[in-house]
Amino acid sequence: MSGAASALFLLDIKGRVLIWRDYRGDVTAVEAERFFTKLIEKEGDPQSQDPVVYDNGVSYMFVQHSNVYLMTATRQNCNAASLIFFLHRIVDVFKHYFEELEEESLRDNFVVVYELLDEIMDFGYPQYTEAKILSEFIKTDAYRMEVTQRPPMAVTNAVSWRSEGINYKKNEVFLDVVESVNILVNSNGQIIRSDVVGALKMRTYLSGMPECKLGLNDRVLLEAQGRATKGKAIDLEDIKFHQCVRLARFENDRTISFIPPDGSFDLMTYRLSTQVKPLFWVEAQVEKHSKSRIEITVKARSQFKERSTATNVEIELPVPADATTPNVRTSMGSAAYAPEKDALIWKIRSFPGGKEYMLRAEFRLPSITDEEATPERKAPIRVKFEIPYFTVSGIQVRYLKIIEKSGYQALPWVRYITTGGEYELRLI
Amino acid sequence: MSRNDSKYFSTTKKGEIPELKEELNSQYKDKRKDAVKKVIAAMTVGKDVSSLFTDVVNCMQTENLELKKLVYLYLINYAKSQPDLAILAVNTFVKDSQDPNPLIRALAVRTMGCIRVDKITEYLCDPLQRCLKDDDPYVRKTAAICVAKLYDINAELVEDRGFLESLKDLISDNNPMVVANAVAALAEIQDNSSRPIFEITSHTLSKLLTALNECTEWGQVFILDALSRYKAADAREAENIVERVTPRLQHANCAVVLSAVKMILQQMELITSTDVVRNLCKKMAPPLVTLLSAEPEIQYVALRNINLIVQRRPTILAHEIKVFFCKYNDPIYVKMEKLEIMIKLASDRNIDQVLLEFKEYATEVDVDFVRKAVRAIGRCAIKLERAAERCISVLLELIKIKVNYVVQEAIIVIKDIFRRYPNTYESIIATLCESLDTLDEPEAKASMIWIIGEYAERIDNADELLESFLESFPEEPALVQLQLLTATVKLFLKKPTEGPQQMIQVVLNNATMETDNPDLRDRAYIYWRLLSTDPEAAKDVVLAEKPVITDDSNNLDPSLLDELLVNIATLSSVYHKPPEAFVTRTHSSAQKTEDDDYPDGSESESSVNLANGPGSPPTSSYTIPPSVAPATPPSAAAPVPDLLGDLIGMDNSSIVPVDQPATPSGPPLPILLPASTGQGLQISAQLTRRDGQVFYNMLFENNSQVPLDGFMIQFNKNTFGLAAAAPLQVPQLPPGASARTLLPMVMYQNMSQGPPNSVLQVALKNNQQPVWYFNDKVLFHVFFTEDGRMERATFLETWRSLPDSNEVSKDFPTIVIGGVDATVERLAASNIFFIAKRKNANQDVFYFSAKLPRGVPLLIELTTVVGNPGVKSAIKTPSPEMSTFIFEAIETLLRS
Repeated sequence: MSGAASALFLLDIKGRVLIWRDYRGDVTAVEAERFFTKLIEKEGDPQSQDPVVYDNGVSYMFVQHSNVYLMTATRQNCNAASLIFFLHRIVDVFKHYFEELEEESLRDNFVVVYELLDEIMDFGYPQYTEAKILSEFIKTDAYRMEVTQRPPMAVTNAVSWRSEGINYKKNEVFLDVVESVNILVNSNGQIIRSDVVGALKMRTYLSGMPECKLGLNDRVLLEAQGRATKGKAIDLEDIKFHQCVRLARFENDRTISFIPPDGSFDLMTYRLSTQVKPLFWVEAQVEKHSKSRIEITVKARSQFKERSTATNVEIELPVPADATTPNVRTSMGSAAYAPEKDALIWKIRSFPGGKEYMLRAEFRLPSITDEEATPERKAPIRVKFEIPYFTVSGIQVRYLKIIEKSGYQALPWVRYITTGGEYELRLI
Repeated sequence: MSRNDSKYFSTTKKGEIPELKEELNSQYKDKRKDAVKKVIAAMTVGKDVSSLFTDVVNCMQTENLELKKLVYLYLINYAKSQPDLAILAVNTFVKDSQDPNPLIRALAVRTMGCIRVDKITEYLCDPLQRCLKDDDPYVRKTAAICVAKLYDINAELVEDRGFLESLKDLISDNNPMVVANAVAALAEIQDNSSRPIFEITSHTLSKLLTALNECTEWGQVFILDALSRYKAADAREAENIVERVTPRLQHANCAVVLSAVKMILQQMELITSTDVVRNLCKKMAPPLVTLLSAEPEIQYVALRNINLIVQRRPTILAHEIKVFFCKYNDPIYVKMEKLEIMIKLASDRNIDQVLLEFKEYATEVDVDFVRKAVRAIGRCAIKLERAAERCISVLLELIKIKVNYVVQEAIIVIKDIFRRYPNTYESIIATLCESLDTLDEPEAKASMIWIIGEYAERIDNADELLESFLESFPEEPALVQLQLLTATVKLFLKKPTEGPQQMIQVVLNNATMETDNPDLRDRAYIYWRLLSTDPEAAKDVVLAEKPVITDDSNNLDPSLLDELLVNIATLSSVYHKPPEAFVTRTHSSAQKTEDDDYPDGSESESSVNLANGPGSPPTSSYTIPPSVAPATPPSAAAPVPDLLGDLIGMDNSSIVPVDQPATPSGPPLPILLPASTGQGLQISAQLTRRDGQVFYNMLFENNSQVPLDGFMIQFNKNTFGLAAAAPLQVPQLPPGASARTLLPMVMYQNMSQGPPNSVLQVALKNNQQPVWYFNDKVLFHVFFTEDGRMERATFLETWRSLPDSNEVSKDFPTIVIGGVDATVERLAASNIFFIAKRKNANQDVFYFSAKLPRGVPLLIELTTVVGNPGVKSAIKTPSPEMSTFIFEAIETLLRS
């Protein structure tokens, strides 16, 4: 079983080819463009279209980023997961290079784009997508002074994500533990899904080739070491590691050991599906007075400990698309009508634990309604928030050991924060 | 880091080419570089700048890496159109491949491999040989892939020059990236070769598993995909492999995770310990669930794969149904797939929650999604007997919302629930009847009419209800007409009173005289004859007990499922089709000109979504046999009270007999598309030769519930260039009917490149179903022409004139030639003509002649001891490359 891409296309919002690279000579840009523009026209909304489509012997896979489509075409039985993931990786590479990936930045940098397309894929096989290392030998003008004499060691090293010879005066590591809470509450007030997706985001400013070891309050590890667990040990359901972490070692003895890339990256992500009490509970009552007026009463309650405080709370309340002349009162924060979202956005800068705030809003509705009208889209209430110095899971970084042969001392800084992810409460 | 290259696009004046030419030949480096950029910019926007070939190539010799890359890019694009000039670049390529800078060495061989011009390829061999042994791993990894490129252009060259051995050596390279690329290249070469080239031994396996720990994420995918072909010797080895692969489940790259899952599932088949299997299932669940937090496109691929995985190992995700609940912002394609999996995971334990979800979805705005949600409720009812009642009550609640398409969809699924649980839920019929007026979709109408007919005895005003439909009978679509006809007959049989009698008269009259739809007419005549000859028999037939339906709408054929599971993460697993169904690559295919894929195309193929194509029929997907059981022919002799004949004033004899099949049936044809794969459509076919022409003898059987029409056929490129010589002519096929046809074929129309191959890939479509793809094997003897008989002298002369290298022989150790005459006759029937016979010791030697198309002679010598097993066959022909097929044909003919 094998298979590779035949070509990679960068297309504009109408599906016209901006730049493409032919890897195998068995598809044509004309055909691809004709197919894709037709697809976009027909569907109107490409979001509703399966991202893998077959046409006349060719399979197309695509993703969208701002006003650009990235698409591969192939005639073989390719690894679809790999190619789609690869497309997302290219987005990251281009963003690293051009800050924004959009039609204009591709045009402005077409020479570099061609160079990158030559390096990241060969004969349709993904090769190398570490943006930071790529920029050591594929450079934009400003850095183009000297001729690169050889590819960076990292390109073919086992440690393919870090170059040698990095030097910092002050060696520091910043570690942010970010947990995002996803919840889905149905219209009966039942929690039907609740999970937490956490990420350990690192920013490293370390010299040389540092060996790092991270200790968490992971129950499996602590129990294996036979330690009495002081405080809480936690069960992490599914852990995903950045490629720098030695997976075989983790499988053996749950040690998280790695040589980090330089700069920022996600060291690991994890997921917990243990049910937690929702941090925010929002109840909305919608009353339709006659056919021309609608009144919404909303109660928002914070259900975490009082010593924590949520910041930048944003509650998005769906309102009918044809509502007009809003009249809103809140007991805290401010609310603004956002007709483009068919929603009322209630913002509360600071929301301490164990508090309840209210909002009352009134809208006018047009008195004439279409009998045949399709039912309104029933959007849920959505909540965004941040709670610093707090994690739902109780995860703790017990230590981060950094050993480099030059023997420097490095300072790790750790922060914790919890945010609202896909936090949805369906309306009654 | 942004810069502004877009200025290069802006010089689009007239006279641009001469201007560029001048700049390219400028004495200033910077100016030349700018000019090349302008050329590339022009190329990017699709202008033809091939006329500048020489001038651009002149800029190739430069120290400037950026400029060099641009010139190389230009070469990749235009070398094909200027092959003679491309040779100018060879020297620089060869020189660059020995540059001290490894970046340039790699660039040179990488680019040379992309230029598919024979003259360049010849010069590639030496640099490639060197680069495969380069000191720098960056160059070696590039060279490894380049071998696959070269194989694609010229396989022989690769084998002759020993590149395969060098490539195999790279599997033991100390650099993991080089190993990974070598594996990718070898796997691809193996795919295109019939010889074993890349065989994974337990030794290589262990080496590759070690490399897995060190190579890049993409390399890990190559290795895992290649290793998934490995068959472990026993359970213990399988367990060992799995142990070394499971850490990959923790990788952040979802492709690594899926490929690891694929490999674990493969090895699990061998593992006997239930504990180990249970443990592995437990380990795979969390990573699979986490895939659903990825980007939506990846979720889609993951969901299509999970759909397969739960069919084989339902326990893995049995407790995770909640993660498949749809989020508000999920793209529609993700929601649709989640719904499928929810149905698969629904159980008595979680059905309440699942139903609440379905109900929620049924009130969303996207019509397709809503319909699918309603249908999902019905499918759960059919799957879970104990939950059926709850499903029904949810459907009734939905009907009360009175959203038109929800009501119609609900009625369609309720009909299926009635079929599954007869005599259980008929109390709700009254509620259904309230919505009668709002039905405007054929399928919903037909379903409602079916319900009325089926339960006519319990619906007091069944006759009134049916009568209301009768007025518009001539305007109704065929689907509704057929149901109306059957329902009225049922009503009449159940309540043989005056009202129904009049109704049936109207219906039969309409369906026989006023319609031009043969299916409707035939069915009406059958009923008519049944009713008028033997009403009791009619009752037995029309009101016969129906077989119970099950929800197998989405369970794939086990052997197909096996194949798809081997292909996890690939397109095949996304489409749920075997790779042969969509892989169209032809070996060493050159740049294809547009539209030459199906040169015989009667219609250019529009886009087909293989996964769940827009063309798939809007029918409910249960297997329901047609409601009319095959009619047993009434015994014509028995004079029975005539109920209808006189009534309508028509003589029995005027009733047209049911059509006999047009073509004599002959021996049964091999089934190529079984009904289980073809959503009820079964196709059997075989190539035959009649009257000097090759025909495709096809039998279509419609076991689905809907009439099928608009059949069209296309043949993919094949070794013999077989293509249809005329459009396919198949009449509309009503449910339960079959049709035979002889499709005339031509040769040499549709030739594929590459090694000869007897596979004939066929695509077939109709107006109701998605496109079906199936493979046939070409039986070569259909090509032997009628004028193949030779005089003895001519035979000897031809035999002598052909060089010995054109003689090929093959042994058939098990074949016995019994009767000589019968054999000679049989061969003659396939245009292989007997010439002479002689004795050689105790053996008999027979000589035959035949002629291939275009007058190519074929001489055959068969040596055997008559009555004993073992036939040696030698052939001589100017086309020895066809020998495999010729031997196949001889073998088939001798055996039959």
